[in-house]
Amino acid sequence: MRRLWILLTFVVFALLLGAPVVRIAMGAWDQGWSGFAGGLTRPEALHALWMTTLIVIAVTVINTFFGVMLSLYLVRAAWLGPKLKKLMNSIVDLPFAVSPVIGGLMIVLILGPETALGGLLGSAGIKIVYALPGMMIATLFVTFPLVIREVMPVLQEIGNQQEEAASTLGAYGWTTFWRVTWPSIRWSVVYGVVLTVARALGEFGAVLVVSGNILFKTQTATTLVYQDVENFNLTSANSVALVLAAGSVALLLLMEWAKSRQGHH
Amino acid sequence: MHVEVRGLNKRFGEFQAVKDVDFSIAKGQLIGLLGPSGGGKTSILRMLAGLETPDAGDILFHGRRVNELPPQERGIGFVFQNYALFKHMTVEGNIAFGLEVKKWSKPRIKERVAELVELTGLSGFEKRYPHQLSGGQRQRVAFARALAPEPQLLLLDEPFAAIDAKIRQELRSWLREMIDRLGITSIFVTHDQDEAIEVADEIMIINKGNLEQKGTPWEIYKNPQTPFVAGFIGESTIVENIASIRGFEDAASWPGTKALIRPEYVEIGKPSEFRLLSATETGKVRHLHFRGSEWLVEVEVGSSKLVTYRSLEKEVLHPGDPVQVLVHRAYLFNDSDSWIMENKLKEDPMPVHI
Repeated sequence: MRRLWILLTFVVFALLLGAPVVRIAMGAWDQGWSGFAGGLTRPEALHALWMTTLIVIAVTVINTFFGVMLSLYLVRAAWLGPKLKKLMNSIVDLPFAVSPVIGGLMIVLILGPETALGGLLGSAGIKIVYALPGMMIATLFVTFPLVIREVMPVLQEIGNQQEEAASTLGAYGWTTFWRVTWPSIRWSVVYGVVLTVARALGEFGAVLVVSGNILFKTQTATTLVYQDVENFNLTSANSVALVLAAGSVALLLLMEWAKSRQGHH
Repeated sequence: MHVEVRGLNKRFGEFQAVKDVDFSIAKGQLIGLLGPSGGGKTSILRMLAGLETPDAGDILFHGRRVNELPPQERGIGFVFQNYALFKHMTVEGNIAFGLEVKKWSKPRIKERVAELVELTGLSGFEKRYPHQLSGGQRQRVAFARALAPEPQLLLLDEPFAAIDAKIRQELRSWLREMIDRLGITSIFVTHDQDEAIEVADEIMIINKGNLEQKGTPWEIYKNPQTPFVAGFIGESTIVENIASIRGFEDAASWPGTKALIRPEYVEIGKPSEFRLLSATETGKVRHLHFRGSEWLVEVEVGSSKLVTYRSLEKEVLHPGDPVQVLVHRAYLFNDSDSWIMENKLKEDPMPVHI
């Protein structure tokens, strides 16, 4: 009986996680190296990968900075009332609860060209929706909780006594943060960053709604794969997908390493 | 540093943590803030440090108001209850932190750290991290770190609470010696009266946010000014009907007055052990507890129960034995007043001069 369960577990694992990766790899190579390279070096693929890179970089930088800031405020700030803190803390989880497609839709509804705000920005020459900024905002929305959910528990656990001790020794905010708080939270931040990168790389729904998926303009790697599949251009789809999958695996390894360091200092 | 506090108040929501506290501390003294947990001692200490903002009142260092100064500018050293050592820094790193922040030169920092490592007996542990140290060693590091920038006032929050009893004793005398040597004004918080009595020059008893009494340990012991202080310091039993005890009949003229009697105010023994038998009355031994170096005896006198000590050298008593009981004095209190009353029969009515 026990053996049966073990076997079943392996089968599920293989079917659910192993098979798709193998299938993607095989698909990418079914026309040999030239098929794989051709799928990747198409101008639209290069453009899409470039868009994804830009989004990942911008989102990661913004998210890390504000994620750490908001975590610090939500845990430490005395000027935020406990009720407000609680409320904000639960709102942080909103992107986890809402489908990314709906998240994207909300952005279109607020900033789309037909809305007052979007029209105003549009007349000033700033395009948000169906352009790169909107795609970044959508990805930010989806990845927002990741850093905060990693950093907040650590800040709560270490408490503020070390920071208070630093202040009685003459250290002001900035010095205290870098020399006392940061060393305690850095591995959690790294972990949060890795999660953010992985999520930003793979984000599809929110970006699709906000971008309109316009070739050579707002197409990302994931929406390109989607389009290639629609067009039965399977080898190319598999090539791009394989690159994304390889990136994710590399991130997973990095994540394991960050996790193992989290407990250390 | 001369410290003065006037009309200090602090609330946390509905809870009044500190209520109209005034005191002043002379330079170089070691003061113990003593009281039950949650009584507001730590809040007072944190307000002195600038870690908490008072709702009302002034804090003066050297006669200058420091309410608006942040903790960084107050020239204080603070030792936290759990030490709050920087766990990713070595012993050296911890001690040097305050000096680096103050931009001391490298050689001066090195010299000062070496001096403090020596002073606190941490030689050989400089490169260790806090988790590689024992509780007592961590306490010393916290102490060295607080002292490094040469503060003028040292504040210690329950400095020995997290250390086991045997080492606590040792650290206490070490701390006392260290502070004497440095001559730094120090205030420490404790809920342990033995600790306060043993270490402090003066004790401030804090209860429910009020400063009940300030004075030397001996003054507070001898002349408690409130029933709380009398009950808190030392051991004691409350006697409801003090007028029924021989020698205290006069107490009947203050209705509603109760008495607090310490074990050391009471003497018991066989009739032959007393010089003034007329001041004693007969009681009955209820229980005996062996205390390691003496007996703790519970006696019943009329309807009252008293507790006292008895030397192991004296004749052994047994429960149920009749004994003579002499109450030397009692601390009387009612809703409006409190005072000490001596046994009036102790004045020999018929003195014989030889």
